[in-house]
Amino acid sequence: MMKVEAIIRPERLDQVKKALEEKGFVGMTVGEVTGRGEQKGIKLQFRGRTMDVDLLPKIRIELIVKDEVVDTLIETISEAARTGRPGDGRIFVIPVARSVRVRTGEEVK
Amino acid sequence: MVLDSGDTAFILVATAMVMLMIPGVGLFYGGLVRKKDVVSMIGLSFLALALVSVQWVLVGYSLSFGTDIAGFIGGLDFLGLRGVGMGAGDATIPGLLFMAFQLVFAGITLAIITSAVAERVKIGSFIVFGLLWTTLVYDPLAHWAWGGGWAGQLGALDFAGGTVVHISSGFGALALALVIGKRIGFGEHDMEPHNIPMTMLGAALLWFGWFGFNAGSALAANGLAANAFVVTNTSAAAGALAWLFASWVKGKPSALGMVSGGIAGLVAITPAAGFVDTMSALVIGAVAGVLCYKALLFRVGKGLDESLDAWAVHGVGGLWGALATGIFAVEAVGGYSGLLQGNVDQFVAQVIGAVAAVVYAFVVTYALAKIVDSTMGLRVTEDEEYVGLDISQHGEKAYA
Repeated sequence: MMKVEAIIRPERLDQVKKALEEKGFVGMTVGEVTGRGEQKGIKLQFRGRTMDVDLLPKIRIELIVKDEVVDTLIETISEAARTGRPGDGRIFVIPVARSVRVRTGEEVK
Repeated sequence: MVLDSGDTAFILVATAMVMLMIPGVGLFYGGLVRKKDVVSMIGLSFLALALVSVQWVLVGYSLSFGTDIAGFIGGLDFLGLRGVGMGAGDATIPGLLFMAFQLVFAGITLAIITSAVAERVKIGSFIVFGLLWTTLVYDPLAHWAWGGGWAGQLGALDFAGGTVVHISSGFGALALALVIGKRIGFGEHDMEPHNIPMTMLGAALLWFGWFGFNAGSALAANGLAANAFVVTNTSAAAGALAWLFASWVKGKPSALGMVSGGIAGLVAITPAAGFVDTMSALVIGAVAGVLCYKALLFRVGKGLDESLDAWAVHGVGGLWGALATGIFAVEAVGGYSGLLQGNVDQFVAQVIGAVAAVVYAFVVTYALAKIVDSTMGLRVTEDEEYVGLDISQHGEKAYA
């Protein structure tokens, strides 16, 4: 079992959600975050001086899935979230030790 | 004439009420944009108030209300408010107070047009565009209708500014939106309003201030002001209910739709408030609610990013109101009769006045926007737009 955590542009969330649903990925947790990558945000020229906007709004999507679908999931998210410009985001895959459903207490495999 | 203290007190208050509508427009628009542009959006309305306040006392009032030149524009006799004094002129209120009452109308008109440039305008370019626009579009239109110009001479009626304020800003916004172009990502992803309560607060200030706008346009504390007050509220209510029900047919009854419908009703009754009775106001408001809602859907369907619907609500609502004045006017209220009382001439005058304003506002706004765009650039850069105007134009954030 893996956790796939994707940091994407806020304006791509709708496309990503739609693409995930089409591939049968329904459950997810979504949060608003701010962050920066290698470009350290965006530099704006303002009256001759440079202004840094170093933390930009992003969306974090988390899904817990079986190992064998991780590649499909990564591909689906990447395709839907990509604009080709810096700032499209990152995807992380993290092993998950256990998963328990709160309502019934059962282990989810 | 002799100064009347009752009239003077009333118009002082009415002027302050109309002033409050200007940040009201800012809050109404501010709630509709994304949270990265809300400081900019409310700021543009305050900027409109400040810019026009200075322009009006320097030249605007004179161009609108100075001695008529060829029916088109006023002369420079009141330049810098020379000769505009504390005594009563042709009315029972001080000349200075009449000037101030007209000033806030000019201010709100420029605030309304900011709909077209939401979330993408360069602030320096807006200042230049705004000064040109209020001088070359608003001032002539105010002169045509109220300052002794050709539309007034022809007999076209505009009680409180359906043509001067709403057609001019609505159709001006349409032209301005065509020149500045769509926001990045418009039509590709959602641009949901970020704060509907803020928009409703703006609508509340507008509805409240509109009593000063319309009843104050009687320029006296009298029965005509009371008529304007009542038809204004009635039309707003009918418009709110009509838009609410129209949106209910398509899905859920939208609260945002309800307050938009209220504004549509207020816009439509504006030119008619001193000429029609309360039963006609019900019809005028209800038709405005549905008509402006349809205009909004049409605008969205066309993929046109006149972002906050100044055209659909103020342009289309103002046009309907101008025509409705020619249909529903009754002699018992304002001394003029309309189509329903068999007076075709009044309706024709309304059509001519409204169509001329539509064409003039659209064409001249388009030209001014093109000039500013090709010299200074109306738009911010892509990065600045992406980050949001609050940070890129003001270095400020609405929410920590």
